[in-house]
Amino acid sequence: MDFGDTQEEAQFRAEARAWIAAEAPTYLIDSLTKSGFGGVKTGDFDPMVEAKLWQRKKADAGWACIQWPVEFGGRGASPMQSVIWNQEEGVYGKLSGSFIIGQGMCAPTLMAYASEANKARYLPKLASAEEVWCQLFSEPQSGSDLAGLRTRAERDGNDWVINGQKIWTSGAHHSDFGIVITRTDPEVPKHRGLTMFFLDMKSKGVVIKPIKQANGESGFNEVYFDDVRIPDSQRLGEVGGGWQVSLTTLMNERLAIGGGIATGFPEIKELVDGLALASGRAIENPAVRSKLADWYAKSAGLKNTSARAMTALSKGEMPGPENSIGKLVAGGMMQDIAKFALDLQGLGGVIVDPELAAHSARLQAMLLRSPAVRIEGGTDQILRNIIAERVLGLPEELRADKGMPFSKIPSGN
Amino acid sequence: MNFDFSQDDKMLRDQVARFLSDQCSSKTVRGVLEGNAAYATEVWDGLVSMGLTGTAIPENYGGVGAGYLSLCLVAEQLGAFLAPTPFSSSVYLATEALMLFGSDAQKDHWLPKLAAGETIGTLAVVETVAQTTAEDMALRFSAGQLTGKKLIVADGGISDFAIVLARNPAGDLGLYLCDLQAGGVVKTAVDTVDPSRNSTSLEFNGCPAELLGTEADGWAQLETVYDRAAVLFAFEQLGGAQSALNMAVDYAKQRFAFGRPIGSFQGLKHMMADMYVALKLAESNCYYAAWALSTNSPDLPLAAATARVSATQAFQLCARDNIQVHGGMGFTWEFDCHLYYRRSNYLTLQLGGLTEWEDKLVSSLASGDAAA
Ligand SMILES: Cc1cc2nc3c(=O)[nH]c(=O)nc-3n(C[C@H](O)[C@H](O)[C@H](O)COP(=O)(O)OP(=O)(O)OC[C@H]3O[C@@H](n4cnc5c(N)ncnc54)[C@H](O)[C@@H]3O)c2cc1C
Repeated sequence: MDFGDTQEEAQFRAEARAWIAAEAPTYLIDSLTKSGFGGVKTGDFDPMVEAKLWQRKKADAGWACIQWPVEFGGRGASPMQSVIWNQEEGVYGKLSGSFIIGQGMCAPTLMAYASEANKARYLPKLASAEEVWCQLFSEPQSGSDLAGLRTRAERDGNDWVINGQKIWTSGAHHSDFGIVITRTDPEVPKHRGLTMFFLDMKSKGVVIKPIKQANGESGFNEVYFDDVRIPDSQRLGEVGGGWQVSLTTLMNERLAIGGGIATGFPEIKELVDGLALASGRAIENPAVRSKLADWYAKSAGLKNTSARAMTALSKGEMPGPENSIGKLVAGGMMQDIAKFALDLQGLGGVIVDPELAAHSARLQAMLLRSPAVRIEGGTDQILRNIIAERVLGLPEELRADKGMPFSKIPSGN
Repeated sequence: MNFDFSQDDKMLRDQVARFLSDQCSSKTVRGVLEGNAAYATEVWDGLVSMGLTGTAIPENYGGVGAGYLSLCLVAEQLGAFLAPTPFSSSVYLATEALMLFGSDAQKDHWLPKLAAGETIGTLAVVETVAQTTAEDMALRFSAGQLTGKKLIVADGGISDFAIVLARNPAGDLGLYLCDLQAGGVVKTAVDTVDPSRNSTSLEFNGCPAELLGTEADGWAQLETVYDRAAVLFAFEQLGGAQSALNMAVDYAKQRFAFGRPIGSFQGLKHMMADMYVALKLAESNCYYAAWALSTNSPDLPLAAATARVSATQAFQLCARDNIQVHGGMGFTWEFDCHLYYRRSNYLTLQLGGLTEWEDKLVSSLASGDAAA
């Protein structure tokens, strides 16, 4: 067991650090440092423009998506180098938030299922964020029960014709492409009648409508398909094999969301370090200390768990479903922390204006964003089901629709 | 970075697990629990013959010198099998205190005996039914003798010697080595929530004793010993938590209600998923603490407190909810659920309870700059 860098790791770190010191957009550091829990903040600058600039710069110098093969725009780096890069990139990494879905989920799916020609065409531009991708999975009638989706794809010569609706599609409004899962056969049990494609979001018949979120931002969208034509060459995997393909995407989703996940611990620590309560200094208060210890133990536990996963990855082992714990722990914790943090500040805790209350804007953003963490990418309940069934081997949920052709499944409306 | 145990450490762990699964069934644990013996002597003898009492003792003192990473995995297995032996008192506490603070003569005298398992030692601290503070320590050391009472000493009834926290005539606390065989000590068994581990009060009526090492700096020394032992206790808790979770999962797969296995009910599934999450967090924190212990990292106090807090949480949760998963059977003497429940609460209060370790955690956070 050894936590230090090996000689090669140290050398790699020094190289990364030097490049970042020379090239990073230092003018954004203040706003990025305060940013988080919702859209990235870049002060007077446009966040998407700044994000693409930084990504492009990294790509040109070989620092984008460094674990990818060189021919796809990466650096062929090891998992450990990628951890080191993330540590060194620090707050600038927040700029890439809008690219996580494309680079962390769509790309691995393309690598596993796209043709060589398509990989060569799309992956390098995905790495440099010249093209941004989104994930069109959830529908109004199927979120947790993803395999219950209804968007139809029907074959027409060399094309497929898509009709239906997706929802909660993060970043669809600034995406160039997306991967979309559709139903190609409603007469077989639900998991078997699905097929995956990728499509140009500017295709005729695609309509994107932003949804205003509970926290006031607009990160996700409704996406409508009205006779949208997709060439068969943009199919990923077999006809009827879409469920298998989606598992690749979702497994990577948990890795992408789970590693280095925000917990809110640094925010609560900073708050209580400087705060006075009616009874004295917050950090001396026994209730505060007890909660702080619990939250520190949880966030350290997550950090150490992902360090173990990285060690396993670098030995060539696959990360298992146990990585589901990251988001499960962090989401609830962040919500608890935000609530407690506001509670320590009297009525002033409700103030969002950073001019009036230094800490509140960030903690308020955390309060209002954290419910989403417990839903996106698999709800808390679904993650517990996964742990129970796939890690602990407990018997499967009773499924009312088991083995039934999709067209016969009751839908409640 | 390489955040995993070595193959050698894992082989040792498996070897210990095999031995304990042969020799330390719940019947063995119950033998002690029901008062047939003060500890499981065959298990102890087996551990000794495998050299485990000397795992972290250097070879020049008769130990194996395998180090703390190995010892952590041994502790995990002892916890998993609820081993009713004085291993923690003798190895994590007495041996540690001697190695850290003993004079050369004391180390020469005691360490080889401890390594060989000929001698069992313990640490005697607690005097009142309250959280322990330096101010409350009343037991006195004067003119080479100890006078006063330690209310509850783990394995006090089994140990050959004790390292005793006591106050000297100058008012300073020191750690004193006292041969419990020499006479003048009244040992009285104490009933506790976990009778599968020996607990005894020790009354010293002018017993000969000597200062451990050269300085009467007992409280600081105690804290150092506790930080190190906390990691090893945390591994025992981790092992216990894993066993309790396994027991719950196995039962939930077999027991039927409403025409289906109870493990298919989401109320239970989610309960066990939460047990698993607590266990994983504890495991990862324990691994980090093992590293900090094995390298004497400046991070040790924080890492130890973190491991201790999450391992305590994990074992308490797993032991408690294992009973719930078992329904009425879980509340019988016959089923083993209560063995874990008892042990989890017993281990929580060794070295001070959860509240004290939470407090220590925050104090070490405040003094360092570790941001998780
Ligand atoms: C901020 C945000 C961004 C998102 N981005 C995307 C995106 O980019 N692309 C995309 O495709 N989707 C996206 N999603 C959608 C997300 O994946 C779904 O919202 C999620 O999977 C839950 O589905 P649902 O909303 O239909 O809720 P439902 O599935 O209707 O769930 C409602 C409640 O029922 C519970 N429930 C459902 N099934 C079970 C079960 N078997 N056992 C126990 N409880 C159950 C759920 O836990 C939940 O509490 C996003 C969501 C959010 C909030």
